[in-house]
Formats: sequence, C-alpha cells, structure tokens
Amino acid sequence: MRKAFVPLLVIAGAMFAYAPVMIAQAPFESTMGLVQKIFYYHAPSGMIMLLAALVCGVSSAVYLWGRKPGADHVAIASAELTALFGAIVMATGPLWAKKAWGIWWDWDPRLTMSFVGWMISLAYLFVRKYAGPGSDKLAAALAVFGSANVPFIYISVNVWRTMHPKTSVVPKLPPLMAGPFWFSFTALFLLFLLLMTARIHLEQQRAALDQMYLAEED
Amino acid sequence: MFARTALLVLRKDFAIEVKSREILYTTLLFAVSCVLVFSIAFVKEGEPLEDAAAGILWIAIEFAGTLALGRTFERERYAETLRALLLAPAPRAAVYVGKMLGILVLLAVVELLLVPIVALLFHAPLFAQPFLLVVLLAVGTIGFSAVGALFAAMLVRARSRDVMLPILLYPMTVPVMIAGVRGTSALLQSPADTPMAVMWIGMLAALDVVFITLALWAFEPVMTE
Amino acid sequence: MMRRAVVALSTVILTLMLSAPMVFALQQPPGGQTEFLPMKEVPPTETIPAAPLLIAGYSIIWLAAIFYLWTIWRRLNKVETEMHALARKTPR
Repeated sequence: MRKAFVPLLVIAGAMFAYAPVMIAQAPFESTMGLVQKIFYYHAPSGMIMLLAALVCGVSSAVYLWGRKPGADHVAIASAELTALFGAIVMATGPLWAKKAWGIWWDWDPRLTMSFVGWMISLAYLFVRKYAGPGSDKLAAALAVFGSANVPFIYISVNVWRTMHPKTSVVPKLPPLMAGPFWFSFTALFLLFLLLMTARIHLEQQRAALDQMYLAEED
Repeated sequence: MFARTALLVLRKDFAIEVKSREILYTTLLFAVSCVLVFSIAFVKEGEPLEDAAAGILWIAIEFAGTLALGRTFERERYAETLRALLLAPAPRAAVYVGKMLGILVLLAVVELLLVPIVALLFHAPLFAQPFLLVVLLAVGTIGFSAVGALFAAMLVRARSRDVMLPILLYPMTVPVMIAGVRGTSALLQSPADTPMAVMWIGMLAALDVVFITLALWAFEPVMTE
Repeated sequence: MMRRAVVALSTVILTLMLSAPMVFALQQPPGGQTEFLPMKEVPPTETIPAAPLLIAGYSIIWLAAIFYLWTIWRRLNKVETEMHALARKTPR
C-alpha cells in the first residue's frame, strides 16, 4: 500500500497541473459565466467528502462489530479526509455563491446538512484526540450515526426547495463540460487515495510503536 | 424478557428519582432559567420576540435534556451501577431502552412545564392545536432521547465527558431540532399550517426509526471493553 | 397623350395609396429603449470579478492538500524517531 504513494503523487500532481487548462477551455455556463467554473472542483470535492464519510461509516461499523484494527485505521484516515474535503467544499462554495447568488451563505437544507456532516467529522476527531481510553469505540459509533446523514445530504437538494443546483446537473452535463468535470473528479479522487495511503501508513506505524512499547514491558 | 428488563431499568431510575427528585427539580429550574434568559435577550421594543417561541422551546428542551443526561449518567458512574447493569444476564439493548425511556419521561415532565411558560412569555398560541403539538413534541423528544441516551452511556468512562456530550450530541440532533422547530412554527401560524406540521412529524418519525435502530445495534459493542 | 398622363397619374396615386400604410406603420414608436437610466445600486453579482474567486478556490485545494501532507509528515517523523529511539534502547 505504501508503494502506491509516489506513483499516485506523480499522477495526481500532473493531473492537477493540467486541470486549469481543461477548465479554462470548458465552455461558459449560460447564466453564471466564468464563476461557474468553480463547479469543476467544488462539486467533485463534495462528492469525495460524502464518499469519505461513507468509507468512515462502513469501516467504523466493521471495527465496532468485527473488531479489526485495520478497519479503525481506515476509519480515522477517512474521518480526517472528510474534514479536509469538507473544509474545501465549505470554502469554495461561498466563493461561488457570493458572485452567483449575492450572498456568502444561506441556511438552506443542502448547506445546513453538509455543514452538520462536516461538524460531525470534526466531533469524531475531537473524540479520538481528547476522550481518553475507549475513544476509538465511541468515535466509531459516532461515525456510524454520522454516515447515516450522507444519503440525506445527497437528496436534500432534490426534495426541498433550495438555491443549490440539483443532482441532475452532473448526469446531464454536455460533453464539453463533462470532460473537464470527470478529469477534475479523477484528479481529486487520486488525491483522496494518496492522502489515505499516507494517513493509514502513519496509523500503522503508530500501532507498531505501541506494539514495541508493549513488547518492551515484557 | 426484553420489555421486562427495560421497564425494570425504568422503574429503578424512577424509584431513585422519586426519593430525592434532584434531577427533576434542577432540570426544571434550568429549563425555566433558560427560557427567561432567552426572553430577556430576544427583546424588541420592550416586548419578547413572538416569532422566537418555537426555536426557544426546542432550544430549552435540548439544553435541559443535555443537562439531565449528564446528571443521570453521572449518577450511574458514581455508583458504578452501569457496570452492574451490563453484567446482568439481560439483553444489553434492553438496558439502553430502559435508560432512554427514563430520559423521555423526565423530558416529558419538563415539557409539561415549559410549553405553558413559553406560551405565556412569548404570547404564542401553542395550545391552538394541542393534539398535533403533543405528537410533535413526543416524536422530537424520542429522537433526542434515543441519540442522547446512547452517547451519554458511551461517554460514562471517557475523559472530558461534560464537554464531549454537547460536542457529540448537538450536531447529531440538528435534524431533530430543525424538524421540531419548523413543525412548531407551522403550528403557531394563524391559521395553523397542519399539513406542514404533519409533514415534519412524519420526518421526525423516520429519523426516530433510524436513530433507535442504529442505537440498538451500536449499544452492545460500544459498551463492551 | 392624355391616356399616358392618366396612366402616369393613376400609377403615382396607386403607389402612394399602397405605400401609405407602410409609412404609417413606420411612424409607430420603435420597440427599443427611449432612454438610458443608470443603475442606482449595483448588486454584488455584477460588481465582483469572477477570476479572483476562481483562482482563490483552486489555490485553497492546493494549500489544503499540501498542509495536510505536511501534518502527516510531521507526525510520521515523530513516530519514527520514537521507534528508532526504542529500537536503540533494546537492541535485542
């Protein structure tokens, strides 16, 4: 797993460097113009945030019921990445909204639920860090509950009346827009994978260190 | 066996509480002080803001509930009775249901006092649709108690548990709060927007099912070493 | 001669009669604006330039990724120095 890091880094770096070219060549959207191009990295970041939340929920469930320590490593790595990609979404969204809607933020269902999901991932990290012994199980239960939010975050924009674009936008993208979109998505997904490998490696090293301490005491 | 265990746990908590009534009185007083602070803070031209009634009712329930949860499980921790309960040859999930019902009953009593006070201080026609209001409060409180009882039980052996409970509980109960407040606002309209309120009640019921199912599954693995 | 004059005159009158409606139609006010009025309050959607927002968003991603990788690198270094220190203490 560790060996995948450098190739992923190189490929992701190259894709990221090329992405602005593709985004610049994409056609302008009819109502929003240039600022709509934030979509090419805001929407994939959102998708990866939800993916990371699901990965965290599933691995936490495996950890809670299957007691596999490897699952706990995946859970904490994906929780940190949910927080990271969530921060990216929360930062790039208002940048787009200020020009497109005239306001930085609104408490409409999609924004509110995404913010709550992000806060739950931050609460997970707090619990892991400060709750002392047994915090891994606690956090795992929190993650299972938090990941139940993910489907609601996704459909919120279709079910309720909100300013945020609906989920039908991505499947219906015209080819000239779909190209840059899926390219950016792949770049961000590779970024997610490479950050996961790095973080899981850190967690495995910590576990190995703990084992060494335990062995030393014997 | 399951229901018997749950009801036994509830009776135990009830019996302890009836003796001293400590948690009941402190929670009631806290809730009333909360509403008082809000009515002073949300003042416009010398009168409390009338539209704030729905939000303030649910905030007071949430704050009072968090306090009650903390106190209830602190009592368990102090006497180490939680470990005894878990050692008992009874289904673990039943212990959870018993604790949850205890919190639910306590919050129901608090709401019995809160609703008239909020109605009075904020001139809110909360009694216009009493049946729907009771159902709304019931499903909302069930959702809050379901999540709260699980998290408070989990935190019994954790460090910084006083601050951890709000950090964990508040984001998780945001959907319950939103639905509760919107439903109550719908009922406070003149005339009351009953279809809207029923929609929010339905959403709260769905949330309750999700939370209780997850909590029943998660209680056992989370409470074992 | 008389006939030609009559034909010429009737052609002119006919032309005038046929073109009269068109002349009257052209006399209608055109559909365009009659005057330009300046905007009193320009909404933010029209005043903010889009390019800085776009570039700021993109750089946020780079900065966030690099910051996160740096925190992992820092924590990994700490763990590995501890591991080496421990390995040195017990060379068995």
